Amino acid sequence: MASSSSSSPSFDPRMIKEPQPLPGSPGSWRRYFSFNTDAKVIGIQYIAVALLFLLVGGLLAMIMRGELITPPADLVDPTVYNGLYTMHGTVMLFLFLFPVLNGFNNLLIPPMIGAPDMAFPRLNALAFWLFPVFGVILMASFLVPGGPSGSGWWAYPPLSTQNPLGHALNGQLLWILAVAVSGVSSIMGAVNFCTTIIRMRAPGMGLFKMPIFCWTALAAQLIQLMGLPVLTAGAVMLLFDLSFGTSFFKPEGGGDPMLYQHFFWFYSHPAVYVMVLPIFGVFSELFPVYARKPLFGYHVVAIASFAITGLSLIVWVHHMFYSGTPQWMRNVFMVTTMLIAVPTGIKVFAWIATLWRGSIRLSTPMLFCLAGLFNFIFAGITGVMLATVPVDIHVGNTYFVVGHFHYVIFNMITFGVFAAIYHWFPKFTGRMYYEGLGKLHFILTFIGSTLNFLPMHWAGLMGMPRRVASYDPEFASANVLASLGAFLLGVATIPFLLNIVSSWVRGPKAPPNPWNAIGLEWLLPSPPAAENFAEDVPTVISGPYGYGLGQPLVEDQERFERRAAGLKP
Amino acid sequence: MTSLSQPAGTPAVPSPIGPEQDPGASASPGHDGHGSGHGHNAHGAHADHTMTGFVIFLASESLIFLALFVGYAVFKSSSPLWLPAGVEGLEVREPLINTVVLVSSSLVIWLAERALHRQRLGEFRAWWLLTMAMGTYFVVGQAIEWQHLPFGLASGVFGASFYLLTGFHGLHVVTGLALMALFLVRSLRPGLVLPEGKGVIAVSLFWHFVDVIWVVLFVLTYVWQRR
Ligand code: HEM
Ligand SMILES: [Cu+2]
Repeated sequence: MASSSSSSPSFDPRMIKEPQPLPGSPGSWRRYFSFNTDAKVIGIQYIAVALLFLLVGGLLAMIMRGELITPPADLVDPTVYNGLYTMHGTVMLFLFLFPVLNGFNNLLIPPMIGAPDMAFPRLNALAFWLFPVFGVILMASFLVPGGPSGSGWWAYPPLSTQNPLGHALNGQLLWILAVAVSGVSSIMGAVNFCTTIIRMRAPGMGLFKMPIFCWTALAAQLIQLMGLPVLTAGAVMLLFDLSFGTSFFKPEGGGDPMLYQHFFWFYSHPAVYVMVLPIFGVFSELFPVYARKPLFGYHVVAIASFAITGLSLIVWVHHMFYSGTPQWMRNVFMVTTMLIAVPTGIKVFAWIATLWRGSIRLSTPMLFCLAGLFNFIFAGITGVMLATVPVDIHVGNTYFVVGHFHYVIFNMITFGVFAAIYHWFPKFTGRMYYEGLGKLHFILTFIGSTLNFLPMHWAGLMGMPRRVASYDPEFASANVLASLGAFLLGVATIPFLLNIVSSWVRGPKAPPNPWNAIGLEWLLPSPPAAENFAEDVPTVISGPYGYGLGQPLVEDQERFERRAAGLKP
Repeated sequence: MTSLSQPAGTPAVPSPIGPEQDPGASASPGHDGHGSGHGHNAHGAHADHTMTGFVIFLASESLIFLALFVGYAVFKSSSPLWLPAGVEGLEVREPLINTVVLVSSSLVIWLAERALHRQRLGEFRAWWLLTMAMGTYFVVGQAIEWQHLPFGLASGVFGASFYLLTGFHGLHVVTGLALMALFLVRSLRPGLVLPEGKGVIAVSLFWHFVDVIWVVLFVLTYVWQRR
């Protein structure tokens, strides 16, 4: 390392002489199992464990769909079914989506802003290691007497304050603990991401030269900081009600179950934006690359993220329209909910304008983004329908709602997650993925998810209630389609996993910038060295997404490009 | 470590406020001074970032209290069963003394911080210890009050909210005391030049935070007794 002083002061030969051992090669894989403080290692740890839980959550879903393929409750009995959907929802949100997005934050934010690492590397590692801890806590609830919690991912009292078997250690308690530890981990992460973005940007990178992904990450983490404390307060009260005999949410003791619903949705509505905002970021990064055009309306897209953050905090009661909410409150929240469609619509417009007349390259990440955008427009329409009180009174608590939010959470957010994984795979593993397998994954996923979630809308409009193990035979056809789609989605993970594993082990070596993308992370070798640019950080001189404008992104761009490619400067 | 990048000529007094005078980092807001190599350490955190992160954390933490306060106010104004049978209300005299002690300790910790700034380590330790004593007085007073209350955690929403609020706040006071003890011990280590001036400022900020929360809590629970 000391050799750097002997060569030209600005050129750091570490990059060439001591390349990172390829992840997967002997001696390097161990760091993924250790308390490593490198954000790039932590990012991959998050993504890997999250994908493992995607399989767990998917397995639970397929058991549910197996049950629902016939009208009577024959495969599992209704109590088990309650546990299945509770765990499915909780796993997918707290053990798959939040962690996988934190993985992207770790991988992408420091290189995108030219920082060597996160602001607090040890806190970062600690936040990650809490993730397996609350994962195990939640999974352990399958083993305790009475099985896992069956009160849904919302855990509404009075159901969630019951402990019929009287065991001190019960599924509901473990659920609360897991969610609480997850909250602590998320707060640690949020403090870290915000500090990093606010304080560690490269010289010249003002806020309005920052990639949109960083904007959306900041907006999303701000929601975590404002919403999670409220959920924590509610969860602590719930824990006391369940285990210590208090009656915060028990009417018979003077408490108020509605207060829990307010606490819960005050966080959990904004939480859907914690998940969707980073995917807005992914779309805003990827569309310009694969359409070879600058992002349309960069400033507006950036600011809209914060408009969404603000509005997302004042719409939560739309989840409680049929919970005995007073009419004036329903009206207020109907209006605020519809308002949030405005900044969201602006973004959709900006993406479509970016694509307009672009030279579009239909590689796997772009396919997932385009389909994700299409699905999101559909889900936004059903969202505005649900926001309308008279409609919601009818279809609330039916499969229409299940269809709506799966269109967002799977058909858009998870599509975005896949897109991001493919797009940045070469950068962080140093290997190219196989395009053929990627396209196969996309086609199976698209058909599977459409079959799975589209028929739910008409089942719901016909009146099929949600959270049930058996149903009237008139809903059978929609359910058969949905179940077939779910199994197809299970099949779709095979080419995905095959692709990721085999290309990481023996895929072709990746150049520094395989997609001809613009951004600081593409000026680093693939995979980047441990501290990214270390001391030699480029000075940013133009905004992101300068596709087709022919202007350099940083001072001395050529030197950084040559260095990333391992050439002499 | 950070101490290596201390500019030569920094007084050799074991002052914990070393890199606070760190140039550059504050001169260019929004830009980290990479490249110049000062103060940054790949495995530890930059001292200035610590303050940013800590303030963000406190802001978020205050919202837990806000949620609990809102919950308390909702219960208080709408619950059909508030005070448990036989309970008239809360005794205010002792808690008021406690409040005065806790709030004035904010002034004392400020004096400690100022002493450290002026590099008077002995004076710093004296004020610091006094703050700790006042905090301890508060916690002990609270524990005694708890023991003599005629209602328990499970006596209706009133008891539950009261113990949850005061207990959660008390946990913060104890955390503050533990942090102060930690920094007191550290200040005794000979010859250290570490960014602990930031740490002291952070603890002191935390202490003010705990005090402000208490004032709100006191008004909500002890002052606002009538329905
Ligand atoms: C234009 C945007 C959107 C609008 C107007 C909207 C509106 C709504 C409304 C009114 C409901 C309540 C339905 C009911 O329970 O009866 C709902 C449910 C839901 N939405 Fe959305 N939504 C939008 C976007 C999103 C996004 C982006 C996500 C996720 C990232 C999302 C996730 C959910 C979830 C998870 C539920 C169901 C929660 C549950 O009961 O378990 N929505 N949406
Ligand atoms: Cu919502």
